[in-house]
Amino acid sequence: MNIVWLLLIGAAVITAVFKGTMAEVSNSVFTSATTAIELAIGLVGGMTLFLGLMRVAQDCGLVQVLARALRPVFRFLFPDVPKDHPALGAMAMNFGANMLGLGDAATPFGLKAMQDLQTLNPDKETATDAMAMFVTLHSSSLQLIPVMVISLRAAAGSKNPSEIIVATIFATTVSMAVAIVTSKLFARWYARRREGGAA
Amino acid sequence: MIRDLVNAASSWIVPLLILGVPLYAFAAKRIRVYESFIEGAKEGFEIGVRIMPYLVAILVAIGMFRASGAMDWLVWILQPMVAWAGFPVEALPSSLMRSLSGSAAFAMSSEIFKIYGPDSFIGRLVSVIQGSTETTFYIMAVYFGCVAVRKTRYTLAASLITDLSGIVAAFIICSLLF
Repeated sequence: MNIVWLLLIGAAVITAVFKGTMAEVSNSVFTSATTAIELAIGLVGGMTLFLGLMRVAQDCGLVQVLARALRPVFRFLFPDVPKDHPALGAMAMNFGANMLGLGDAATPFGLKAMQDLQTLNPDKETATDAMAMFVTLHSSSLQLIPVMVISLRAAAGSKNPSEIIVATIFATTVSMAVAIVTSKLFARWYARRREGGAA
Repeated sequence: MIRDLVNAASSWIVPLLILGVPLYAFAAKRIRVYESFIEGAKEGFEIGVRIMPYLVAILVAIGMFRASGAMDWLVWILQPMVAWAGFPVEALPSSLMRSLSGSAAFAMSSEIFKIYGPDSFIGRLVSVIQGSTETTFYIMAVYFGCVAVRKTRYTLAASLITDLSGIVAAFIICSLLF
């Protein structure tokens, strides 16, 4: 992350020197910082609502039912998480909300899941394999029906805005499989490297 | 028709959840739903504050990168390789942008729809790519930020490989279907 961060900023400044876009870059610094805080504040409303709702769902056992249904999948994806751990419930809710296209609800559940996963983490500053798998899965955009894209297409006057659904589900499934395989391979590779380092 | 169904479903789902879950908890399990809700909701604000520094760090870097026009260079470097694979170069910038900024990628997609039409091959390809990849950098900042994890190990590498696989899969399926 350190390298990527410096790379983005470095590339920006160097490009700005050559292209003469330094003024734009300078302006973007403050607008981006403000946007970031607005985004965070914007998340708070939905977060508060859905974390409240999730507590109710937890207290009455609904979350646990969902987590139990997904147990075989979770045991494979997150072998380090004990089978009745609350993180599994939160992750189940997050995946569910994502697939239904409820992005506003998915983020609070996802962040709750990260906090629950953090309780299992021996080194609080370093990501566990379960966290890496969980976050990487999000890059495959879990969402089954791309509502945002469909409405963009409709706005652009498409004759059949939703014709891309099947293709999107295919691409998402492929990248989900890639996310799982890559995370598993990286996890194994890192574990081996650590053992090698210790010996 | 499907779109109407999807739209209807997405407007029903949240209200039904907010009614259904507490109703079930209260009626079937005798839970004090209001107190339970408040107890859970307390954490909301704290999480929002905790992710702020991470979001500012990553969004400022991305904002500078975008404003500088460095993306043009990245496109220029990748262009020959991408063209060799038969992938339309016009769809490259918005695909690369997707991992950095969702709103920018969507704006670029709208631009492509305007030029080539949403029902052209490029329009469909861009749609599928946008639908099957994610704003990886934002997700990483927020998810790891809320637990203050700084060393993310292989997560970024794995996520970017996943994004790339989404683009490749979208290209293959679009070539076959459309």
